Amino acid sequence: MLYRIWALFIKEWLALVRDKNSRFVLIGPPIIQLLVFGYAATFDLNHIPYALLNEDNGFISRQLIARFDGSPNFSLVQTLTQEKEVASIINEQKALLIVRIPSDFTKSILSHRPANIQIIIDGRNSNTATLALNYVNNIVLAFNQSWVYTHHWERAPSEVIIRSWFNPNLLSRWFIIPGIVSLLTLVITLIVTGLSVAREREQGTFDQLLVTPFTPTEILIGKALPGLMIGCFEGLLIVLLAIYWFKVPFMGSMMALFIGLLLFLLAAVGVGLMISSISLTQQQGLLGVFLFLVPSIILSGFATPIANMPEIVQDLTLINPMRYFLIIVRGVFLQGDSVVDLLPQFWPLALIALSTMSFAAWLFRHRI
Amino acid sequence: MMDSPLLFDRVSKTFPRGRDSITALNQLSFTILQGKVTGLLGPDGSGKTTLIRLAAQLLLPDEGAIHLLGNSPTADVSHVFKQLGYMPQRFGLYEDLSVQENLTLYSHLQGLSKEESLSRQHELLKLTNLGPYGERRAGALSGGMKQKLGLACALLRIPQLLLLDEPTVGVDPMARRELWHIIQSLKNHGVTTLMSTAYFDEAEHCDQILLLHEGRLLIQDSPQQLMAALTGRTYLVSQISDHHPIRQLQEILRHRENVQDVRRVTEGIRVLIHKNRTVQQEKGETWLSVSPRFDDVFIDLLGSDGSVTQHPPSSFNTSYIPSPHQSVITVHELSKSFGQFEAVKNVSFTVNKGEIFGLLGANGAGKTTTFRMLCGLLPASSGLLHIDGIDMRHASSLARARLGYVSQKFSLYGNLSCDQNLHFFAAAYGLRGQTKKDRIQWALTEFDLHQYQYVNTDQLPLGIKQRLALSCALLHEPTILFLDEPTSGVDPLARREFWQRINLLASTGVTVLVTTHYMDEAEYCDRLVLMSLGEILAQGTPKEIRQLAKTSNLPEPTMEEAFISLITSHETDFLSHHE
Repeated sequence: MLYRIWALFIKEWLALVRDKNSRFVLIGPPIIQLLVFGYAATFDLNHIPYALLNEDNGFISRQLIARFDGSPNFSLVQTLTQEKEVASIINEQKALLIVRIPSDFTKSILSHRPANIQIIIDGRNSNTATLALNYVNNIVLAFNQSWVYTHHWERAPSEVIIRSWFNPNLLSRWFIIPGIVSLLTLVITLIVTGLSVAREREQGTFDQLLVTPFTPTEILIGKALPGLMIGCFEGLLIVLLAIYWFKVPFMGSMMALFIGLLLFLLAAVGVGLMISSISLTQQQGLLGVFLFLVPSIILSGFATPIANMPEIVQDLTLINPMRYFLIIVRGVFLQGDSVVDLLPQFWPLALIALSTMSFAAWLFRHRI
Repeated sequence: MMDSPLLFDRVSKTFPRGRDSITALNQLSFTILQGKVTGLLGPDGSGKTTLIRLAAQLLLPDEGAIHLLGNSPTADVSHVFKQLGYMPQRFGLYEDLSVQENLTLYSHLQGLSKEESLSRQHELLKLTNLGPYGERRAGALSGGMKQKLGLACALLRIPQLLLLDEPTVGVDPMARRELWHIIQSLKNHGVTTLMSTAYFDEAEHCDQILLLHEGRLLIQDSPQQLMAALTGRTYLVSQISDHHPIRQLQEILRHRENVQDVRRVTEGIRVLIHKNRTVQQEKGETWLSVSPRFDDVFIDLLGSDGSVTQHPPSSFNTSYIPSPHQSVITVHELSKSFGQFEAVKNVSFTVNKGEIFGLLGANGAGKTTTFRMLCGLLPASSGLLHIDGIDMRHASSLARARLGYVSQKFSLYGNLSCDQNLHFFAAAYGLRGQTKKDRIQWALTEFDLHQYQYVNTDQLPLGIKQRLALSCALLHEPTILFLDEPTSGVDPLARREFWQRINLLASTGVTVLVTTHYMDEAEYCDRLVLMSLGEILAQGTPKEIRQLAKTSNLPEPTMEEAFISLITSHETDFLSHHE
């Protein structure tokens, strides 16, 4: 039996690597995607374009403006002189926000009265607007504190001192790159396995395989192994790039990551083979992979937290293997999780892997 | 000369393959007759498709000139396309559109006016008998109907020159007859037709024959002339006693020194003797001089088949005689339904050890479904199915190890080399070590595959693929061999060679179950069943089946005539019962 599986494995492997195109598809795109996504996908805002409408002639407003000037997060696109210019700047998206300092700003501060500044912000992209506003708040807060300190005013009764654990500078890259690790691993594995049975059905070789003494289990193992190996290889390659190229700290246990990767791959290979055995043609297989991929990414917590989803959808994410692997990857990278810490993620993954695999094996013979 | 609608003047065409290039056509010159049907014949890879594609202006020649419908080769030929009809091997039907919609679409594409298009469509639907299926999706049509629809689409605007690339491959005899009828009827419209074909009976009906071999024109003549040249060299041999299977006689005759070729036919064994040789008649045989047929021409011109080895493996006893008491395959009241549709209804038959057993039927008669159930690829709805005493409904790995299977698509792994395919299938059947090495060596030698050992299989010509597929199925020396249309689309020489091997195998006691569309191949079977609409229509030896179709105006029906008459009468009965 082992000997037959070995033969099948060799055949699958040869079919993959003898073709120049498929060799390239396995290595090229994932690396390129990692590099592009790594740089492109970020929540951090840099060079927020802003316009300034300063109606105050006093020296304090200039001190505040200097803080915006000095921040790498902001860049001034225009200085306004009249209020009526405001609408067109925002409408035409020349600036994301406008800082308006009223004429009594310096006077109010000098007379120890609260001074206001107005921020007009483009709310069309609510996520960006909220982030930009946060940056403005930070600048104003820092300005307040330094004014209080240098002029020996009475301090505020309580102050917030923030320490972010795991990601001290709240770099979103540290959050996103581990996510991309799981994303790319999933994509590669599904493509390798999702087409494997469909290709054979299309060419008629699957029937040929079924009349040989191979049992469905043997076919399953023979078909799963190459996907598993390629997934492992690519997954670890991407992890290494994340650590050494993108400098994301790896705090946890390599063993935990490896166990997680293996279970995740088993589940993904099962899904891929399932899709593949339902499909009649490679085209259908590819479509099936795509139909599975999109919801499993959106419902994984890759971009938006699962906790924000409606409860019924949260329950749905429980069958999504990527959900668990994402927790595992982020856990070992930033949190320094060990094998024991991640046990609650391992067993559901193992369960999913078992059921997708057995269903795929059943489908080999019972389609239609 | 310029009257000919198609003239090739020293045309050459090569294609790159890897670092080398292959010459598809080599300095080819010919003209075809105006208003006649010209048949294009030749073995696989002789350049037939290239020639037709060049004529259709889909390829440009590397050298030489092609004069199409009297135009000079350098002139702008775009206006010629309206006078040209072309049907590739697989016509580009839109499978999700209905028959009617396909016709309408193609008449739009060809720029027919509405009235013209309607009257023409009506005519064509009548001509092709597709009228009742106007609303059916093209994808749901049988192979034969698809080909008829494809031809109809190519004929919407009556062309001056019609180019057809193997229009009848994979089509059952009835549909083939209809297609051929349509092609012949085009002569009344003054259409000139050039068609490639793998059927000799079609070649006989052509007005002229172009025979290609390795990119060169071997001969151009009328089939009658070609056949007349062989007069006196063809004989029909039969044995006086029925004691031994006829295929033993065939083997004996094949080894005679003066014999160029032997072939199993309805009445006995056809023999073609070498030029200027005399008959060498042995005791117990009767030799009857018969008129030559086109098959003989083809064999004579393209040589006999030296590639089949004359030495079966020594472990086999070649004189196996099938015994009626040793049934290997037992099928009893087998049924299969897909939802409401009953594809196979109560089918029963038995196959004895060492028999060649044929499963025949029109497209959609349920023979593929039956076949798939026999191989254990499809679970039966009800009934008994025993192979070598093992119930195939619970087909175990063990039972499958005794089967060999060759499917119609010659299912091989395209981007693996010959050698890798052999290794894989050997291992799949559990061969290992020295046995594996020996068997692979046997396959390479026996099937003459050494030169293709490291070539990817999707680059092999169809005939070689078929040899490889058969060798893969025989690696583990199966006792039962399943062949699903194993010769579909393969050239006539490769087909004969294939059947010689099958004969040889059967004579060693291997049981062979085969489906085929070629009625001449039905003669190779010891017994056969004829299926129609999911039922068994007739069962018995080829002779018995032919007897069933015997009527006063058909005293000596051929297999094909018997097939057509039996199936037509059954389908008419069926319809009248259900009205």
